[in-house]
Amino acid sequence: MEQFHQTFFEESFEGLDIMENELLNLDVGNVDNESINTIFRSAHSIKGGSGTFGFTAIAEFTHVAETLLDEMRDGIRQVTQESVDLLLKSVDIMRDMLTVYKDGGDMDVEKIASVQNELEKMLGNETETTSTDNTITDDSAAQSDGWKIFFKPHTEMLRTGNDPVRMIKALAELGEIEVVANITHLPGFADLNPEDSFLAWDITLKGDIEKKDITEVFEWVEDECDLEITPLANTASNELNAQTKTVSDEQSKTAPATAAPVTQKKQPATTTPAKPSTTKKSSSGEAASIRVGIDKVDEIINLVGELVITQAMLGQVGGEINSDETHNTFQMEKLIEGLAQLERNTREIQESVMRIRMLPISFVFSRVPRLVHDLSGKLNKKVNLVTLGEGTELDKTVMEKIGDPMVHLVRNALDHGIETPEQRLASGKGETGTLTLNAFHKGGNIVIELSDDGAGINKERVLNKARTNGLVGENEMLTDDAINDLIFHPGLSTAESLSDVSGRGVGMDVVRKNIKSLGGSVRVDSDEGKGTVFTIQLPLTLAILDGQLVKVGDETFVVPLVSIIESIQVKSDNLNGIAGKADLYQLRDEYIPVIRAHHVFGMEDNNASLNDRLMVVVEGDGKKAGIIVDDLLAQQQVVIKSLETNYQRVDGLSGATILGDGTVALILDIAGMIEMYKKIGAPEPTAPVPPNGKDSNIADEAA
Amino acid sequence: MSTTATELNSIIGSELDSDADQFLTFILGTEEYGVDILRVQEIKGWDSVTPIPNTPEYIKGVINLRGTIVPIVDLRQRFSMPEVEYGPITVVIVLKIECPDRDRIMGIVVDAVSDVYDVPPEEMKEAPDFGSVVDTEFVRGLATVDEKMIIILDIDHLLSGNEIQATDGLSA
Repeated sequence: MEQFHQTFFEESFEGLDIMENELLNLDVGNVDNESINTIFRSAHSIKGGSGTFGFTAIAEFTHVAETLLDEMRDGIRQVTQESVDLLLKSVDIMRDMLTVYKDGGDMDVEKIASVQNELEKMLGNETETTSTDNTITDDSAAQSDGWKIFFKPHTEMLRTGNDPVRMIKALAELGEIEVVANITHLPGFADLNPEDSFLAWDITLKGDIEKKDITEVFEWVEDECDLEITPLANTASNELNAQTKTVSDEQSKTAPATAAPVTQKKQPATTTPAKPSTTKKSSSGEAASIRVGIDKVDEIINLVGELVITQAMLGQVGGEINSDETHNTFQMEKLIEGLAQLERNTREIQESVMRIRMLPISFVFSRVPRLVHDLSGKLNKKVNLVTLGEGTELDKTVMEKIGDPMVHLVRNALDHGIETPEQRLASGKGETGTLTLNAFHKGGNIVIELSDDGAGINKERVLNKARTNGLVGENEMLTDDAINDLIFHPGLSTAESLSDVSGRGVGMDVVRKNIKSLGGSVRVDSDEGKGTVFTIQLPLTLAILDGQLVKVGDETFVVPLVSIIESIQVKSDNLNGIAGKADLYQLRDEYIPVIRAHHVFGMEDNNASLNDRLMVVVEGDGKKAGIIVDDLLAQQQVVIKSLETNYQRVDGLSGATILGDGTVALILDIAGMIEMYKKIGAPEPTAPVPPNGKDSNIADEAA
Repeated sequence: MSTTATELNSIIGSELDSDADQFLTFILGTEEYGVDILRVQEIKGWDSVTPIPNTPEYIKGVINLRGTIVPIVDLRQRFSMPEVEYGPITVVIVLKIECPDRDRIMGIVVDAVSDVYDVPPEEMKEAPDFGSVVDTEFVRGLATVDEKMIIILDIDHLLSGNEIQATDGLSA
């Protein structure tokens, strides 16, 4: 049962997302039937699933919301902003309840009860007021007379373990029943497959029965049968209806479809309105896809990595045979051709496989409309949200981690950026502010722009605040960019009033930290009075890294390209020592510590002198350092593998990768190496005295 | 050069008694050790490794095992036995280690692979306590096959996270 739970939760959360999305897109004045259908279907599946798994609280709650939706769907109820808001609230409650069932914890019983009350109140009110003037509610009026049910299971219904006899028995418990079996579709005995169902039934059920009691009987088979439930009294008047209405009148055609042969929910075979809109539905979030565990995808990625290495090896062997002339040239050519093709195919496979992990950024963007809806209500602001480039893809892992920073930036833009309608009008802008989210690919990165047309950053205020906090000296002059950048500094919030939306002075620094930890960057541009643009740049994937291969001793290491500032050849003139214990290198106008990779990693260094050695100048955690290496090799993309999977974390290393020849190379953790260097210091005895003797002078003075 | 555990099982399995535990034995010096065959993932020839800096001597480094990074432990060095030059029959036995938090894949370097034996549980003897002379913590038991003594190892204990970090305290 457990494994089904997982699927149920995943599907339910997805269903809630769909509901939320559709609810937010609902145009209250002009409601699209298909949207309501989509929302209803999601609610219905959640109800069904939670009932099956015994999550009764959800099932009960959802049932009430579903009833409301059902009425909307049938056109009994007008869709109002009020009801949409209430349904959104219900979505939240359902999400909370699901989370509690999934992860444990306590339910907020009061909150659930209060929303459920609101729902029930709304249900109670409006049915009474509308039922009087609505012909469609004939259903409920007719219920005392009884129902005519046509029930025809699809051929394969029995295989799902559903028994028509049991259902008919259940119906018999509801009231006086008359069942006529229709055996016209029964095949000859030779063709009869005992596992198939060929029968149909006409059932007349008399008595004071509610329709929902009947549909409940068929709840589990509604996708697997043709079912029509017609109120008994209505049959006659309906026929009359059909005769009087003109065939050309579209409107009246759909009306009796809902009124008279009340077709079962979600029933493609008989419902006319549901069919033509299926194509539209797929665009609204139900794209054709399969659910696959991420571990399976990673396994494929690993195997393809192996394939690439094998291919490289074959290519090399092929190249060697080529120069050997004793072989048959015709066969040789064929082999070379085949190898070239193998290389192409392998590369394509690798690209496709990496793409599996990529998802469109709309997964993150889809969280925003709800946030804007709620916040603009809370802050009394009018905001129009525009999203562009939603199809831009990025790695799932990156996506998961960018969600929270994005939410924070949106909150920030709504709270601090966009002004209230009054303020906007006063400054000559339209009443409604615009928040634009834009995503696009640039180089090997994805860029997300979040721009608003609000007040912009008040540079003077930021600067004053920074001065009072002592972040910036009294007379220090800063460029506009530098001032804007101050907002990412911890402990600097310029919000005049603290709200529960944003502005406690924590946040922007956390946003920057999170983005940096993903190997990305965030910058802000602001035009006072005109608006603010946050630009986030992120690597497309965390699985791949652009690296510089370096040689230390006999080993190859990978230095992440993002940490490298430059690579230089050490000139002894620029080398200085401190207390004979550390080497400092004068790089233009600053001094940076020199880290000998050999020493930090406890390897033999055959060359004691630093003169003329290669040094990679790197930056990690805001600290610069020079790392001495023996050789600079190629730059290439490497697939990151964890050392922790089978071993453990190792200081100074962030992982490992597999090179083209199949050997393992370790990836350096620059910040970690700088930390290690601080602990162990430079090698003892100190590096040979540089020719100019500066080293020893300083050492003497220190002594 | 590499043979998977399942292949090994199918080659030898038919002759074996299904009740008894099966052990793959290997040679270290003059001693014969055994590991639970169900834990053996693969046996492969010794190939060069990528050393990991700042790790104990007996961690030879990591290898690429079909896309997975697998650490390799030299068992002689682990037991502080005299080192020998790696030769053509030096093999790496890739084992599945069950740690409390997760399973790991690790390789051990041994002198040579010997055989596969059945050892019924009742024939497994407890290792005598040698006090400080020999650390028997990693010994699951002793078995006698063809009048030879086989030391059955507790590889989870031997190769689990805490143990491979320890750099001292071993006497053999």
